[in-house]
Amino acid sequence: MIVATTRGFLGRRKERDPRLPPGQYDVGAGWPVLTAEATPRVDADKWSVTVDGLVDTPTTWTLKELRLLPPSVYAGDIHCVTTWSKLDTNFTGISLDTLFNAVGVRPEATYIVETSTTGYTTNLPIEDVTGGKAWLVWEHEGKPLTREHGGPVRMLVPHLYFWKSAKWISKITLLDHDEPGFWEVNGYHERGDPWREQRFDGD
Amino acid sequence: MSSASTGTDDQFGAPEDHAGGPNDRRAAAKWRDARVVEVAHPAVDAVVLRLAVPERVQHLPGQHYVVRLRAPDGYTAQRSYSVASAPGDELVELFVERISDGEVSGYLADVVEPGDELEVRGPIGRWFVWRGRTPAVAIGGGSGVAPLVGMLRNATDLGHPERLRLAVSATTRARLPYADELEAAGARIALTREPGEHAGRLDAAAIAELVDPAATVYLCGSARFTGAMETLLVDAGQPEGSIRVERFGPTG
Repeated sequence: MIVATTRGFLGRRKERDPRLPPGQYDVGAGWPVLTAEATPRVDADKWSVTVDGLVDTPTTWTLKELRLLPPSVYAGDIHCVTTWSKLDTNFTGISLDTLFNAVGVRPEATYIVETSTTGYTTNLPIEDVTGGKAWLVWEHEGKPLTREHGGPVRMLVPHLYFWKSAKWISKITLLDHDEPGFWEVNGYHERGDPWREQRFDGD
Repeated sequence: MSSASTGTDDQFGAPEDHAGGPNDRRAAAKWRDARVVEVAHPAVDAVVLRLAVPERVQHLPGQHYVVRLRAPDGYTAQRSYSVASAPGDELVELFVERISDGEVSGYLADVVEPGDELEVRGPIGRWFVWRGRTPAVAIGGGSGVAPLVGMLRNATDLGHPERLRLAVSATTRARLPYADELEAAGARIALTREPGEHAGRLDAAAIAELVDPAATVYLCGSARFTGAMETLLVDAGQPEGSIRVERFGPTG
């Protein structure tokens, strides 16, 4: 860049928390709500999620049925592309590995698309959601996940920017090709790694 | 959100696909040095920056720019700000609300003056955009009116201001950015903490008057404001799938 420094700007950083990726700030106890669409009213008793596409046995689970499977907790940090990070938080749900083992993922599957009840979609390579990296969650810090944060059940992919963690998840489809989702066709990055600042298309 | 529910305004036409046109995302992602041409402080805790952006990619009303500040030791801080100017404006106008203790907004409001250079990238965001071709309803709270002003100016430039219906809310007139311009355009104005002609709030009756299932609704403001408006809209019969939301958080 031509601008070596911004005239008169010193910045407020003190000791920067090493858990914060570049360009992120610590939101503390808060948790901003960011959604591009109207917040749907999803009844927990009627909610279900389907895993389909390139799998041996496409399967649909209700929340009650998910709760019978071995639970899994994520404890750590989350990062939103709008520059906030929430450190040291936790979610309870189920590992995506458990669901993928149940349906039998075919070897040709290379990508997934997450779909919400609203029609929102987001895409990821399968490596980003297997091996203990992704969850379906219904509790945040011991309380049921609220509607504005994606309740009753949302996806959680905490190592990537949070638009990759679809709220009100209703379907996970395994594909042998990449299908860019809602923000990915609307100017945001394909993968969204906060440590590489993959915010926008072209980063 | 399925784009099928939102009418033809989403369809990307060939004229926008040329290099430097609104669909040139690679060019939009590039950081550029913009020159600050004008600085105005039109409302309490607000600053309007008018920037000359070299090799500018034309924006669509509703999009935003990212501004990045760089300290001498290499530390950077960046934030997004809505574009309030129409695409036809030769400058890019950004509206910045000065957040209490805001690292970036405080600098932009208190330090920046004409002639300064700022690193920017944009335009960004392809969802909260209105090209002005189809009917729209725009509802904004406080600084959330900024992108809606860009939509209004564009509709006026296109000769079709009647395609956009506007309703805006703020605590006082001094806290309503672009109040005179919005009033002149016939926007419904609700001031929640100021007596007079515009005293009141955007309640169920006010929102019911705006409902139009054939229109796309653009809703911009705080999480609390947009949440309340969403509920009123849906209760009054506006289809959920026709509502697009931009929530402003306290991001400094």
